[in-house]
Amino acid sequence: MATAAVKENDVVSPPAIVVENLVTHYGEREILKGISLQIQAGEILVIMGGSGSGKSTLLRSLLGLLRPSAGSIHILGTDITTLDQHEFRKLRRKTGVAFQGGALFGSMTVGENLQLPLREHTRLDENTMRIMTRMKLEFVNLAGFESLMPAELSGGMTKRAALARAIIMDPKLLFFDEPSAGLDPVSAVELDHLILKLRKAMNTTIVVVTHELQSAFGIADRIAVLDNGELLVTGTVEEIRQSNNPRVQGLLNRQPREETLSAAEYMDRLTSYIVD
Amino acid sequence: MPKAVTQILEQVGRKTVAWVEELGYAAAIFFESTYWIFRGRKVTQPVRLSAIFQEAAEIGVHAIPIVSVLTFTVGIMLAIQGIATLKTFGAESKVILGIALSVTREFSPLIVSILVAGRSGSAIAARIGTMVESQEIDALRVIGISPIRYLAAPLLIAMLIMVPALTILGNFMGLLGGAVYAVSEMQISLATYAERTLEVLVVDDIRQGLIKSVVFSVVIVLVGLINGFQVKGGAEGVGRATTRSVVMAISLILVTDMVFTYFMNR
Repeated sequence: MATAAVKENDVVSPPAIVVENLVTHYGEREILKGISLQIQAGEILVIMGGSGSGKSTLLRSLLGLLRPSAGSIHILGTDITTLDQHEFRKLRRKTGVAFQGGALFGSMTVGENLQLPLREHTRLDENTMRIMTRMKLEFVNLAGFESLMPAELSGGMTKRAALARAIIMDPKLLFFDEPSAGLDPVSAVELDHLILKLRKAMNTTIVVVTHELQSAFGIADRIAVLDNGELLVTGTVEEIRQSNNPRVQGLLNRQPREETLSAAEYMDRLTSYIVD
Repeated sequence: MPKAVTQILEQVGRKTVAWVEELGYAAAIFFESTYWIFRGRKVTQPVRLSAIFQEAAEIGVHAIPIVSVLTFTVGIMLAIQGIATLKTFGAESKVILGIALSVTREFSPLIVSILVAGRSGSAIAARIGTMVESQEIDALRVIGISPIRYLAAPLLIAMLIMVPALTILGNFMGLLGGAVYAVSEMQISLATYAERTLEVLVVDDIRQGLIKSVVFSVVIVLVGLINGFQVKGGAEGVGRATTRSVVMAISLILVTDMVFTYFMNR
């Protein structure tokens, strides 16, 4: 069902995100080693990988929070690596982000959190904003929680409120950082359902970064597996399951990655700290 | 070259680079804030007035009691020391001049700034640091809101208004404190004391203090901000940034005070 939707979209709309040869560094260390990736409009793509795989760095690059050392990132047709602050702001109206910990503003109520993007980007009157807030909270099953402070919400509620804030501007593109991390199984599944419902309702392109296999298989149209800063494979859930790439299989079967070092490399590593 | 020497040189080099980097970061925040303050309205992203008022209340209004008490105390202390010292020359009457000048030129701006650095500078570092850790700063940026416009610029404006305002209050309370003690010690009336204070005080003395307080307010805000924005390492990191911002702000206040005093009294 999901793949059919993607195929239809393939014909009519250009890809939502095109990443080409993306390289990023943290200090001297190379984190992403030349990643190329296309995300079609209307699809749910899950970027999967263990910790240290570079998936968070890839997400931060896609969000424009981290400047890459090389390569390009086209989002909805614009290269974000060359945009200035004001142009980027226009693009921001079409994208939403739900952060791992929610990142709701602690000094504002849930309602005010949702209204902040509206206040910044639109000139809607208070009543319209209130109605929109109510609608989005309704969507994530949090209607009536407008006046609560973020600190008063449970983990699952925080994530749902963050999702509501992310979709308040009806974005074309939604990013999700570790939706199920830190949630009990029921809340995690609930959130996965919300993501699917959202795509169905608004045909939003959704990029999810996660290390949770179950969640990834449950929601993804396609999965991109990242390991050690490289993109191992991209494919449908079935293709990933059947992949014979040992590192992919290792990840699926929760096997730790074995480091293959030659004897010389090993000696070199041991002695590299010694200064004559 | 011996190993110890190269190590020391390397350390000094690293520290210097880190300092220059931080200075550059502070300058960038300052210039970006002024950009938003003057240009924000034109690009339909004004600095929020409500935030300025809120910060001003927190930085200034809530500090009124403690500033009053401390500057009053310093005034009394100056009077006690002044009278005791000048007595040896039989020149107690000169104490009025001493109190007037030292309060307005030095003590009031200094005490107020140190107090604000401790109260609000640390709070800035802690608040921004917590926001960095909880990804609220990232959230602002992805919504399309510049954290500098949204958070830094209102703080800068509020601080630039409130520290000089508190300094004026400090001037008054310091002089009053000095007067209360001196009047009883020298057997003159409060009216006479006030009259003679006004005779010796010139506009330049007040201005000197106020110019310093403006410089100190910029120092306090920027130190709080750079420490907050650079937080790493969870709650412990926030704690470290808070402490560092207080120590750094007070040290910088004292050093800049010395430099300004030197140049303004030549």
